[in-house]
Amino acid sequence: MARILTAFVIGLVFGTGIMVSGMANPAKVLNFFDFAGTWDPSLAFVMGGALVVTAIGYRLAFRMPHPLLSNRFAIPTRKDIDVRLLSGAGIFGIGWGLSGFCPGGLVPALGLGRSEPAVFFVALIAGILAVRVADMLRSRQRLAASS
Amino acid sequence: METDFTPIAALAGGALIGLASAVLMAVHGRIAGVTGILGGLLPTMRERDWGWRAAFILGLIAAPVAMALVTGEMPQIGVPVSTAALVIGGFIVGVGVTLGSGCTSGHGVCGMSRLSGRSIAATLTFMATTALTVFVVRHVVGG
Repeated sequence: MARILTAFVIGLVFGTGIMVSGMANPAKVLNFFDFAGTWDPSLAFVMGGALVVTAIGYRLAFRMPHPLLSNRFAIPTRKDIDVRLLSGAGIFGIGWGLSGFCPGGLVPALGLGRSEPAVFFVALIAGILAVRVADMLRSRQRLAASS
Repeated sequence: METDFTPIAALAGGALIGLASAVLMAVHGRIAGVTGILGGLLPTMRERDWGWRAAFILGLIAAPVAMALVTGEMPQIGVPVSTAALVIGGFIVGVGVTLGSGCTSGHGVCGMSRLSGRSIAATLTFMATTALTVFVVRHVVGG
């Protein structure tokens, strides 16, 4: 129960930060990237504020032997910069630039009760599942080929 | 459509994002990446720890409502793109963040703040293609 309650409150704080900062507002997000037009540099301050606080907070957290409600820190261990990572990031940027929504900005925007975030959300889930299904089919083929 | 330069709100919002990310690590030992947390709830993953994931996502969705209860009005956003751009953009973002193992929150904030080489490379890449896409849409195609 403590895990559920704390996760909800942390999500609430994160989502409030997203709303206050403007990351859930495609008009502001797209203007941040529109250097040649209606440039609005606000989002650089979002990134700056978030990075400084997270970097300090992580240092303090990692001094603890383990997280308060878990027995280990689940940190990604991969170090390799591969084609899949870079092509995925590049593709993500195209979608972000077309719409102005990234996943972290979109989910809190769902709570506004407007139709645009809901439309984007359905398409987002379809995109995630499309890659997962393609991965599953490929690994099944590989298994079949090796047996 | 012009938007106002809001450095104070941006900094304050960013600090809240950072605070929540740090506390999620201290309490749950988890990266505050919305792609990863949301992705773990979808049927093809079947993560056993869906409880905290669902609670975090519900907290995100509840944020604008909680703000409206405090301030008396819903936060405003502007969506200056077509429905087609939302549908195509949403699908492309879903494909991209799944292949790239993360988005602005996971790579851009959490990964960069622990100096992960993968996250720095991913963030530089998506910032570049986002800017390029906005330039093409607004000044080449739409110009």
